[in-house]
Amino acid sequence: MEFVDTLINILNSTIRVSVPLLLACLAGLYSERAGIFDIGLEGKMLAGAFAGAAAAAVYGSAWIGLGMAVLVSVALALVHGFASITHRGNQIVSGVAINFIAAGSTIILGQAWFNQGGRTPSLPPEGRFGSNTLPFAEELRGVPVIGQIYSGLLSGHSLLAYAAFLAVPFTWWVLFRTRFGLRLRAVGENPAAVDTAGISVTWLRYRAVICTGILTGLAGSYMSLSQNAGFVKDMSAGRGFIALAALIFAKWRPVPAMFACLLFGFLDAMAIRYQGIALPMIGKIPVQFMQALPYVLTVILLAGFIGKAIPPRAGGVPYVKER
Amino acid sequence: MAEAAIELVGINKSFGTVHANRDINLVIERGSILGIVGENGAGKSTLMSILYGFYQADSGEIKVGGKPVSIKTPNDAIALGIGMVHQHFMLVQNFSVIENIILGAEHEALLKRSIANARSELDRLEHEYGLEVDPDAIIEELPVGLQQRVEILKALYRGAEILILDEPTGVLTPAEADHLFRILRQLKEQGKTIVLITHKLREIMAITDTVSVMRQGTVVATRKTSETTVEELAELMVGRRVLLRVEKGEANPAAVKLSVSNLTVKDSRGVTMVKDVSFDVRGGEIVGIAGVAGNGQSELIEAISGIRRAVSGSVLLDGSPIDVTGHADPGELRDRGLAHVPEDRHHVGLVLAFEESENSILGYHDKPQYLKGPFLDIESIRTDAKAKIAKFDIRPPNDRLRTANFSGGNQQKIVLAREMEQDPGVLIVGQPTRGVDVGAIEFIHKQLIAMRDSGKAVLLVSVELDEIRSLSDRILVMFDGRVVGERSPDATEGELGLLMAGVEKLEAAE
Repeated sequence: MEFVDTLINILNSTIRVSVPLLLACLAGLYSERAGIFDIGLEGKMLAGAFAGAAAAAVYGSAWIGLGMAVLVSVALALVHGFASITHRGNQIVSGVAINFIAAGSTIILGQAWFNQGGRTPSLPPEGRFGSNTLPFAEELRGVPVIGQIYSGLLSGHSLLAYAAFLAVPFTWWVLFRTRFGLRLRAVGENPAAVDTAGISVTWLRYRAVICTGILTGLAGSYMSLSQNAGFVKDMSAGRGFIALAALIFAKWRPVPAMFACLLFGFLDAMAIRYQGIALPMIGKIPVQFMQALPYVLTVILLAGFIGKAIPPRAGGVPYVKER
Repeated sequence: MAEAAIELVGINKSFGTVHANRDINLVIERGSILGIVGENGAGKSTLMSILYGFYQADSGEIKVGGKPVSIKTPNDAIALGIGMVHQHFMLVQNFSVIENIILGAEHEALLKRSIANARSELDRLEHEYGLEVDPDAIIEELPVGLQQRVEILKALYRGAEILILDEPTGVLTPAEADHLFRILRQLKEQGKTIVLITHKLREIMAITDTVSVMRQGTVVATRKTSETTVEELAELMVGRRVLLRVEKGEANPAAVKLSVSNLTVKDSRGVTMVKDVSFDVRGGEIVGIAGVAGNGQSELIEAISGIRRAVSGSVLLDGSPIDVTGHADPGELRDRGLAHVPEDRHHVGLVLAFEESENSILGYHDKPQYLKGPFLDIESIRTDAKAKIAKFDIRPPNDRLRTANFSGGNQQKIVLAREMEQDPGVLIVGQPTRGVDVGAIEFIHKQLIAMRDSGKAVLLVSVELDEIRSLSDRILVMFDGRVVGERSPDATEGELGLLMAGVEKLEAAE
């Protein structure tokens, strides 16, 4: 029984650490499927986390925090859009710039407003998205395996975590079952085809980056309003980049993206749980090794095991009407 | 005179200092096929892009069905019943046929019903016009002929009454082109109006009712097709008399310069494309290799010029072997006097982002005359490039211009000038005039004849049978990787056509 408990424990924390990855990964999916590469996921998450925590601290409401996080994150997404869609700038440069702006400004503003070394004040319970217990979770706790999974693994997460996992089938549906999705995929592959079909490439791509902004806002909120009780500097800790790795790993498809995020989340959970524990024969595994695993895994698996990941064909290329 | 479907009145359009369209007046009759011919850069595509709302005219008026209209976006054009099949297909490669057809014309936010509707509509169109295509096939898996059919269906699905086709046969095999013409005739019979933009005069003669000739941004003439000739149209296009058939004297074949024996070559998929091919090319003659594209010609010349490794066989250049089955090095072959004008100038022949002068020495950049110690001697490279520009009439005459900004014909001249001016003993030329306009074709042909007359060996590969017949002194026909026959240039088109199709009966009967 102890083994099952341990396993459920690890899987539970897998889910918790996967949520921001998953939200950021889906965020990237909207933008990159539309042909706008977004290396600034990290910065948008961080800015969202800060804005959410700051607003929640001031107004004492998690929902106002969430709203603010989304607003700020969408604003940064629009900056990226303005640079790369309207002005046809380099998307990588614009993304990197957003990362720097977010990393710097969150600390400066945090210090200026709250005077706690760049942190936001610790949030009261009503300023956070707490855990939600699913119906009958307590009653079923005693039932072996199924009950344990239900109440120990599925129950007890924040609203944003459930939203993240529901966003997976929703994104799939949007992408493959709606007009917007069809056009979004088309504009990432061949914007000229979209243009000649009488659809505005610019407006379509702006809508895609707005979707990205909303989702990175949610990812940021989860970090500062749910996982933690406030903002800490650099709290995104490279998750935006791991999300990009997961996106490539999943070949820009929503359901594989979820599994990729869960896999990376699982590695993270293992790293947290077993850090500093010495393994027989090998000795102590440095925590940096576990942290590097998602990247190493992406490179190895993409190099040989899951075949070539072909990005959307028009990805990274600003659209210019041909003469 | 029939009713006008479209009337263009006084259309002007400039891009910067380039006046692409100048006071264009054009009437397109309903239910007819109008051809618009002109050299590359004559303004044909610009004019049609204005009609399709891709650009806006600086001045002028468009009337559709007699009423003045304003076409600001492709949407406006589509609403007026104007459809366009672009030269480079506007298809999403990894979408299915049906997804491509409904893109932009989905009618509602959810796809399910749109796709169902499109399916039945597509079924109707396919029957009405004989345009069969599997709606669930993925575009990138379809041959170009079928991809083009999808483009036509896309336009018809949007209710196009007027169909504009921009250089539709550039990418098609002769058989596919014939099929396209059958479809166009059928569309015309159903009352559709068709505008065909091309620079191939034979197509104009074969299918159009009326033809308008454009030169330097203006319409210089409009003729009834039945009342004009290829020669007249060519002259109108270029502005001077053009020799469609090259004049050349007797060949004086000398010693064997290039000798190919029992060459076998596989392509990158591992399919044997060249099977046991042997032939000689002598100095002072042009040997033409005819054949439908994809019968091993490309792999043959790639193997001889050292780009692709052969499986077996041997090649002698001036009597000494080329290591075709091992590590033949194109650079070393160049030093030994074998020049190669590749079939695909964009991917193999040129670096489009480079300046003209840089491309004009590419591959020869390590020759002492272009070097100053370890550095490139920019002065002498530019002087050299300017001489080539003058000799080959490369336009615009600017050696600092990025190569991508030259027209297809002039890009081809850059490659030809580079290879020919090194004075090679053997010249291998693939598709020398693909995508090149009439005036430049004449020039390129003359240059090839001049090479021959100065005693060089020329191996010519072309899918244009006319070109093979007018240039070659001997014609080899390739089919399914083998040389299935050798003919003199006097052989009829029909005879060569049969050989190209793999019918060997004639051979046996002789």
